[in-house]
Amino acid sequence: MMESRARSATPPGGIAPALPPAQIATVHEVIARLQEQPGALLPILHGVQDALGHIPDGAVGPIAHALNLTRAEVHGVLTFYHWFRREKPGRHVLHLCRAEACQAVGATALEQHAQRTLGTDFHGTSVDGAITLEPAYCLGNCACGPSLLLDGELHARVTPQRFDALIAAARKA
Amino acid sequence: MSEPVTVHVPRDATAKALGAEQVAAAIAAEAARRHLAVRLVRNGSRGLFWLEPLVEVTTAAGRIGYGPVQAGDVAALFDAGLLGGGAHALRLGPVDEIPELRRQERLTFARCGVIDPLDLADYRAHGGLRGLANALTMDSDAIVRVVTESGLRGRGGAAFPTGIKWKTAQAAQADRKYIVCNADEGDSGTFADRMLLEGDPFALIEGMVIAGLAVGATMGYVYIRSEYPDAWHTFNAALAAARAGGVLGDAVLGSGRHFHLEARLGAGAYICGEETSLLESLEGKRGMVRYKPPLPAIKGLFGKPTVINNLVTLASVPAILDHGAAWYAGYGMGRSRGTLPIQLAGNIRRGGLIEKAFGVSLRELIEDFGGGTLSGRPVRTAQVGGPLGAYIPPAQFDTPLDYEAYAAIKGMVGHGGVVVFDDSVDMAQQARFAMAFCALESCGKCTPCRIGSTRGVEVIDRMIAGAERDKNEALLRDLCDTMVNGSLCALGGMAPFPVLSALDHYPEDFRRAAGDRAA
Ligand SMILES: Cc1cc2nc3c(=O)[nH]c(=O)nc-3n(C[C@H](O)[C@H](O)[C@H](O)COP(=O)(O)O)c2cc1C
Ligand code: SF4
Ligand code: FES
Repeated sequence: MMESRARSATPPGGIAPALPPAQIATVHEVIARLQEQPGALLPILHGVQDALGHIPDGAVGPIAHALNLTRAEVHGVLTFYHWFRREKPGRHVLHLCRAEACQAVGATALEQHAQRTLGTDFHGTSVDGAITLEPAYCLGNCACGPSLLLDGELHARVTPQRFDALIAAARKA
Repeated sequence: MSEPVTVHVPRDATAKALGAEQVAAAIAAEAARRHLAVRLVRNGSRGLFWLEPLVEVTTAAGRIGYGPVQAGDVAALFDAGLLGGGAHALRLGPVDEIPELRRQERLTFARCGVIDPLDLADYRAHGGLRGLANALTMDSDAIVRVVTESGLRGRGGAAFPTGIKWKTAQAAQADRKYIVCNADEGDSGTFADRMLLEGDPFALIEGMVIAGLAVGATMGYVYIRSEYPDAWHTFNAALAAARAGGVLGDAVLGSGRHFHLEARLGAGAYICGEETSLLESLEGKRGMVRYKPPLPAIKGLFGKPTVINNLVTLASVPAILDHGAAWYAGYGMGRSRGTLPIQLAGNIRRGGLIEKAFGVSLRELIEDFGGGTLSGRPVRTAQVGGPLGAYIPPAQFDTPLDYEAYAAIKGMVGHGGVVVFDDSVDMAQQARFAMAFCALESCGKCTPCRIGSTRGVEVIDRMIAGAERDKNEALLRDLCDTMVNGSLCALGGMAPFPVLSALDHYPEDFRRAAGDRAA
């Protein structure tokens, strides 16, 4: 039902694919902007994911180098946190709440509906590349569930019908 | 045009999810079309979520509410004389008189939903910064004493006396100390932290500056979960306004004292709500729980003395410094002083935030405030205190919400989340979820938590399948025992509570399988 923390991986120390030049430039820009603050690793990982949609394996080396960490350390942090993603997502990212208050108003059925209609499990992307489905454990909308975040925007009282309408609109966008 | 009429439309994430953005736009457009002058203010939410989007019009008779309003209602509302508080089916009357609001004791949430959260002048006009102004005239011992005497206990879960924590950090000698706000709010069924971040962020900022003055810290961090993008943006805007307004920086309110504050974003790990894990995360590491001692108050962030408190704890401090310890301690019961923002969630007709003095019962909350289930079916259970909290059966609904009274029924008040379920709930599945969640979120340091939770899921699955029921129940209880006694933190140590409460109060749900082989 729920998956463990670790996902597919280039092992720490393994050979990471080289990044395209534009992505390299972005990674270096994020590092330069954020590296001076104490405990900079999480802000940098967020910065890279915000800019690129994910944290490519090729970003680990430059981040480790800038923060004077080993690549294994950066890899360890990256894989510890559920929010960080190592594979490129679809055009839209959907976080579906699976926690208790939403369960009490039909989240489990909605979850099955989402997986069936998108044709993917959690952490996967619909075949047309439109929607990446991620689980969330509470979005702070617990009096008006079921809840989801679509590209960072919260939606409340999501029935399967509303879900379909949201997805259809996102696919067109 | 005449004097503009002030209209409030919330910018709270839940209100927006219910259409507040569209309503605000429709009001602006309709007013323009009719050449009517409107001053649109985007407030936080009052927490009456069944009425959101709740539009409030300021009239000579006070703020008149309309809700729940959809964009399509707006033209008709204008026709009905919205700007003068005119009659309409959605008219609720004076907002302060709405029964579910009037019957609350709003101390910490007094301004939430009332003011423009990013307007420092509005904050001041509603009593903001008076607590800090008082604190600036006091020595640090006196500030700690007021907080101690108020009886305030941590609202993040463990209910530790805040004054004692502050005293420890104050006494610690160091070149640097930190104040950290725990706004990870990982508990399902809770949204009090989020509402304040979006509805009254200056209260948190003021509370943290006061904490800094009390213990001698000049730097603070607010750790906000990544699942709260709206709160993150609003709070960062509030930080900028507080810096520009001289609340933060090198001359707090023009005094010679300094305090700097930054926000940091979590990354979707429930365990990072545990205080030492959160500190590891702030340091840029995996959120592995630390052994205590040393206490964070002695050796916390970057090895320095650190006060780490829940957001509601810190945001309660300004009013205490403004009105005094006795005022705050005058609310509540027993050793639970003051108020608790209760978050009524799940399958509930009138869900939302209810700030009440300790001592209120679940029955009052669920029946009187909440109006029963949303589905209209009977209430079967309520989980109180987040994913590590017990499932409380209706037979215990008269227990007063009080830390000690809940501990006595093997429950936990926690951060004040109440998640209501109707009679369609399958308690064996809820027990299974508690174990699965623990397995998913375990930091991995202790075997009982990491492995035990996975075993727990398997054992419950066997029970659900009807295999060797008694043997598996004994095994599950044994496993829970091992987790309770052999875990370093409350994730592994308390995940058994929802499981055991389900087993104790709803044994029939574990015995549904046909052909049970070991009756
Ligand atoms: C697994 C786990 C999760 C926790 N999550 C939170 C949380 O999300 N927010 C919070 O304030 N405290 C949380 N706590 C409690 C903190 O460890 C700590 O007690 C609290 O931040 C102290 O602040 P307070 O005294 O003001 O409550 C959690 C504890 C555990 C064991
Ligand atoms: S109980 Fe679980 S989460 Fe807590 S320290 Fe142990 S392994 Fe980590
Ligand atoms: S439990 Fe789903 S939003 Fe809180």
